[in-house]
Amino acid sequence: MLDLGKHAIFIWSSYAVVAVVISGLALWLVAEGVRLRRRLGELDEQGVRRRSRRD
Amino acid sequence: MTSIWNKIEQYGNPTRFMEWSWPVMLAFASMALVLLSAGLFQAFFVAPEDYQQGHTVKIMFVHVPAAWLAMMGYGVVAFSSFGLLVFRHPLADVAAKSAVPIGAAFTFLALVTGSLWGKPMWGTYWVWDARLTSVLVLFFMYLGLMALRSSIEDEHLAARLTAILSIIGIGILPFIKISVEGLSIPWLGVELPSWNTLHQPSSVMRMDGPTIHPTILWPLLICAAGFTCAFFAMHLKAMRNEILRRRLKALMQAQVQQARRDERMALATGDAGSRRASR
Repeated sequence: MLDLGKHAIFIWSSYAVVAVVISGLALWLVAEGVRLRRRLGELDEQGVRRRSRRD
Repeated sequence: MTSIWNKIEQYGNPTRFMEWSWPVMLAFASMALVLLSAGLFQAFFVAPEDYQQGHTVKIMFVHVPAAWLAMMGYGVVAFSSFGLLVFRHPLADVAAKSAVPIGAAFTFLALVTGSLWGKPMWGTYWVWDARLTSVLVLFFMYLGLMALRSSIEDEHLAARLTAILSIIGIGILPFIKISVEGLSIPWLGVELPSWNTLHQPSSVMRMDGPTIHPTILWPLLICAAGFTCAFFAMHLKAMRNEILRRRLKALMQAQVQQARRDERMALATGDAGSRRASR
């Protein structure tokens, strides 16, 4: 563990908040993309497609 | 000029965008990982303690990029909003809407990391001075844009109104800049004093060059480049999600309309059949 002196708690807290917010945002974006693609796939299976993708 | 515009039109087409944005997004994400790994390694294992701040200077490697990206994010929102209102570009609203939560996240990080730096250095988490308050206003403006958009059901109207609001709000960016340093344009006769503030003036973006020692400046710039790549990777991902969401909504509406048409047809054929049977 790095010795960051008497203010280490402030330094580690800063990096923890950044890690949580950035990784949370990235994970939310990836999960949202997966959810949307799955829903579009379900509609596609039901034959509901965009005009450019109709048979 | 026409060919440049044609290229923008061509690559700005949502279908084309979905094709080219995937590899570009992966490239930005990879660069973000590499740059942040290198930058944070230098920040923790190479950069020395600051002679005044001690180890607390390490907070600057995340606070300063977050503050820059908070402002850049709003610039992206306002620029895209301009593209929507003036050129009615199909991707402009998608870009504006997608940048808002990411810009809000970086503004939140700038505020929180700034407070965590302020307590050991200034003796307080918060002061109501011009710099801190104007960044808090920027955060509320991001929240306001999200609230306004989600409160209007008509998406076209919501897009136009949030675009107008975001362009009006762009005035906050120069205010944040001059809140510490003031503004001096001698040839225009403009002389604005700086506010009474605890926040230090810029140490990197200065007319006379950075005032930070290279051993701290380089990790800071590498971290800033890494966070900027992360911003663009997430922005592209959010734009792709927004395009998929709009496609999904359009298809679901088409599905409902088709179901209603089928129902009407079934009723009409049922009525005709029962009339024939009763004759």
